[in-house]
Amino acid sequence: MDVLFLLIPLSVLLALGIIAVLAWAVWSGQFEDLEQEGQRIIENEAEKAPGEPQA
Amino acid sequence: MSAVFPGMSIPAPRRLWAASTSTLYNDKVVRQFTVMAVVWGVVSMLVGVFIAAQMAWPELNFGIPWLSFGRLRPLHTNAAIFAFGGCALFATSYYVVQRTCQVRIISDKLAAFHFWGWQAVIVAAAISLPMGFTRGKEYAELEWPIAIVIALTWVAYAIVFFGTIGIRKVRHIYVANWFYGAFIIAVAMLHIVNAAVVPAGWMKSYSVYAGVQDAMVQWWYGHNAVGFLLTAGFLGIVYYFIPKQAERPVYSYRLSIVHFWALIFTYMWAGPHHLHYTALPDWTQSLGMVFSLILLAPSWGGMINGVMTLSGAWHKLREDPILRFMIVALSFYGIATFEGPMMSIKTVNALSHYTDWNIAHVHGGTLGWVGFISMGALYYLTPRMFGQTQMHSIKAIEVHFWIATIGIVLYIAAMWIAGVMQGLMWRAINADGSLTYTFVESVKATFPFYVVRFFGGVLYLSGMLLMAWNVAMTALAGKTSESTIPALLSHA
Repeated sequence: MDVLFLLIPLSVLLALGIIAVLAWAVWSGQFEDLEQEGQRIIENEAEKAPGEPQA
Repeated sequence: MSAVFPGMSIPAPRRLWAASTSTLYNDKVVRQFTVMAVVWGVVSMLVGVFIAAQMAWPELNFGIPWLSFGRLRPLHTNAAIFAFGGCALFATSYYVVQRTCQVRIISDKLAAFHFWGWQAVIVAAAISLPMGFTRGKEYAELEWPIAIVIALTWVAYAIVFFGTIGIRKVRHIYVANWFYGAFIIAVAMLHIVNAAVVPAGWMKSYSVYAGVQDAMVQWWYGHNAVGFLLTAGFLGIVYYFIPKQAERPVYSYRLSIVHFWALIFTYMWAGPHHLHYTALPDWTQSLGMVFSLILLAPSWGGMINGVMTLSGAWHKLREDPILRFMIVALSFYGIATFEGPMMSIKTVNALSHYTDWNIAHVHGGTLGWVGFISMGALYYLTPRMFGQTQMHSIKAIEVHFWIATIGIVLYIAAMWIAGVMQGLMWRAINADGSLTYTFVESVKATFPFYVVRFFGGVLYLSGMLLMAWNVAMTALAGKTSESTIPALLSHA
């Protein structure tokens, strides 16, 4: 199963990459106020109704 | 400045991407992918119904090589996954990344290249597969020149998507974007590793891996394509479009974050369950089985989180057929992600493998989960892409929902029964150790179930045709203006 010498290191690299991105997300404050972020897409994106003048 | 010093203009700060200053979203690429998702949906399901009929009535091969089952089946799977599913993912991801980042995509030209490149790939597949050009790898049949075009368009897509997140005006990256991002990166890696070939002519190539190594790479690719394209990508749709359609935030945003990281950390090694009882070493098979069982936890966490978004507003399910598409999609996601781990258990797999049970499992996932969540999102997007408040006919959405649901139930139930029956017939042994049934006896016994499956498929296709009519009527009555990016509110 020589191919595992390719696939397993690739998965390890991927996992390390995922850990790095997770660390960035945590330390840069992506997850500071989670429940508000869920609410935001409902409130902040009220689009103009069609026909209304596009400002 | 030029007002103060007439005739003298100070150049604006040099920007790599002019689009970032725009006050309009790029809805054109969303609209294009939305329409093509519907078109390819009809095509892929039509081919599916035709090959389902061939399984029941093989005369329908007509003795014409281009219409034979072996060539049309990969056309059906590629069209359903990459043309219908792909276009639905691209349309929704371009819509979501712009809305949640409150900025226009970073490059209109690259997005246009992505759209036209992808359509070219689909047309090339529709021509080359019936002609018999194939690499013989499931879901990776397209020959190397087409595979290179796929890689190029994918790079363009990745640049536009991640570039847009890079210039976002909202500090927090909404959870749906994480799912889309993981889907884009994983599919790129899978495609490149599995498409490594030595060309032997323009439409012929040999894999750089041999024998069981090749099989392992193929199913590492194959299952992760299911995991990252057909699961992670469509979960991006769940986390944006269900809250929007229900007008309520996701039940637990915290759980959605946990769902994401748990899913992408554990998905990568489920592939070997496709190779139980083969030349693959036993320990690798067991590893695949264990990882498949672990996946049940994040999958159900996410499914429950999505469904519970309606907590306290269940009446909306009664009134809103679009929401019903989405929530029933999640139910099928729950069924498929329970059934999958069960089928990966080696003792269960000894019965289920190579039978039509697999076909039932896959179509629960594709018709029920991927199809329904896509249809829900496309019904949400279509009126918004054509300056309308709602679809041309809500009644037609309602009818679509019911005929598609009945179609799925007929399809899956028929294939479940057929699969278990086949597994039992193949393993039945007489007292003297000889097989009780010949293979052809199991084929004969399956015939009525193939007929039922065909009618299930006809119903599902009819629903899709109704949707295509509804989308066309909505588009014809509408106009295509781009919507404005709302003024920034309370962003940190």
